[in-house]
Amino acid sequence: MPERNVCIIGGGMSLWGVREASIIDMAQEAAKDCFDDVPALKKEDIDGLLFASSYCGRSAFQVNIAPVIAERIGIKPTSMCTRVDTLCAGGSAGIILATGLIKAGLADVMMVAGGEKLYTPQRWETYYSEMASIDHDWDGAQGMGLPPPFFSMTAQEHMKRYGTTKEQLSAVAVKNRRNGSTNPKGHFQKEVTLEEVMAARAVVPPLGLFDCTPITDGCAAVLLTYEEKAKELSDRPLVYIRGAAQATLHSMSMNWPGEHLADWVHLRTAAKRAYETARVGPGDIDVAQTHDCFTISEVIEMEDLGFCKKGEGGPFVESGQSDFGGKIPVNTDGGLLACGHPFGGTGIRQAREMLHQLQGRAIRQVEGAEIGLTHNLSGLNVEHTILIYGREP
Amino acid sequence: MGFESFGTVSFTAEARVADFITHLEAGKVMATRCKKCGISYFPPKADCPKCLSSDVEWFEVKGKGKLMTYTIVNYGPTGFENDAPYILALAEFDGIQIFGRLSRDIGEKDIQVGMSLTVSPVKLPDDRIAYEFKKG
Repeated sequence: MPERNVCIIGGGMSLWGVREASIIDMAQEAAKDCFDDVPALKKEDIDGLLFASSYCGRSAFQVNIAPVIAERIGIKPTSMCTRVDTLCAGGSAGIILATGLIKAGLADVMMVAGGEKLYTPQRWETYYSEMASIDHDWDGAQGMGLPPPFFSMTAQEHMKRYGTTKEQLSAVAVKNRRNGSTNPKGHFQKEVTLEEVMAARAVVPPLGLFDCTPITDGCAAVLLTYEEKAKELSDRPLVYIRGAAQATLHSMSMNWPGEHLADWVHLRTAAKRAYETARVGPGDIDVAQTHDCFTISEVIEMEDLGFCKKGEGGPFVESGQSDFGGKIPVNTDGGLLACGHPFGGTGIRQAREMLHQLQGRAIRQVEGAEIGLTHNLSGLNVEHTILIYGREP
Repeated sequence: MGFESFGTVSFTAEARVADFITHLEAGKVMATRCKKCGISYFPPKADCPKCLSSDVEWFEVKGKGKLMTYTIVNYGPTGFENDAPYILALAEFDGIQIFGRLSRDIGEKDIQVGMSLTVSPVKLPDDRIAYEFKKG
């Protein structure tokens, strides 16, 4: 069978935030929203389900969750039904895997969904589970676990080397909270001012409350199929998955692959390969959703994705180059800082926003966007996962 | 005694590098070196990730290292509530990077990136053991 072009044709989200609902409830909400987005689709058309979640085995006490969700949303997968665990990048990893399966003809129409239930009555459990997310034998036993300390070190390194300021970091929070203020599905809709971000209580200096993504409950779902089937199921403009890559160069902080913590060589490695597979360069990208788990992350991502020079991420975000009207609008739906971050759900949320952007139906639309990039980092900055979408295959 | 006594909260009872704990108890912080390709590793590895040989030897991390970066943890993960605040640091010793805690003997004002450090075992409450960085 010749290789097929793969399209994303629909997307949905549950409400994200602090939810009194189970992960299965939220997966159902996201899937329902996704089915409603593609009215011509019959549930029998779907032959595969990938569900991205890392904590469901702990905080939702459900392993092998994919068949439970398949039953709840009334689908009967015949090609592949499984969970994907790549922590914060699980959603994007699932989309890449589904693309491969559909391209090869092993699946025809796949739902890729993901999300987490993180708030439980036993909050200590979440903070205990965090230590399972790193090399727990060594880093966990010393008290590394929650991400803010690691990204604080990263921020300090960037400030020291490149003169990046707290005002510049804060500009990311102000922009993303503004973009998220009109997103009805996200965790936060309240805008924040530069003064509020600067004055907020410290989490781990220099990172304050608004520099950090919250812990969030929520799920999201998208539908992928091959080009001809996409034309059958949807009258909207086709959005193709043009290219992708995931780079993993280490497992933890002490084997860091870069020269210093603000040098994300594995992001550059993933970006190079993603651009090559999509046959585009950073200058061709019209809109991007990047992993703003912390404000410093988005600053470094601008550099190592090639949107600006290394070390110039601070001035780039402060001068509005990553905002509407700038060089490249980034995190147009609010990103992690406004939408929140139910790990496996984040890459799917980004894909849904990219689908809306490239079909011209986003809440905050980048005019004429034709090529878009989504990016996740996962773990203690272990993997970088990138997808490039386009109106042409 | 195995890995279950390492750090404030441990997660792994058995590992093929459990001798690390025996060496800690004898007062030494040890790393491993692959006898086949000569590469040194910390944390110690029972097998060489490069050539996959299991013929490795222990050696002591001695002398002075350099503080690369650090962070002050005010809010620890579950199990570390009574430890906080504590300082996590990354230090380089002759080409090996070691992640661990700064000794409580070092005042916050005295910390400087690039400062000279040594690494040595430290006894923790409840018969637990780890290593820490001291001013060198």
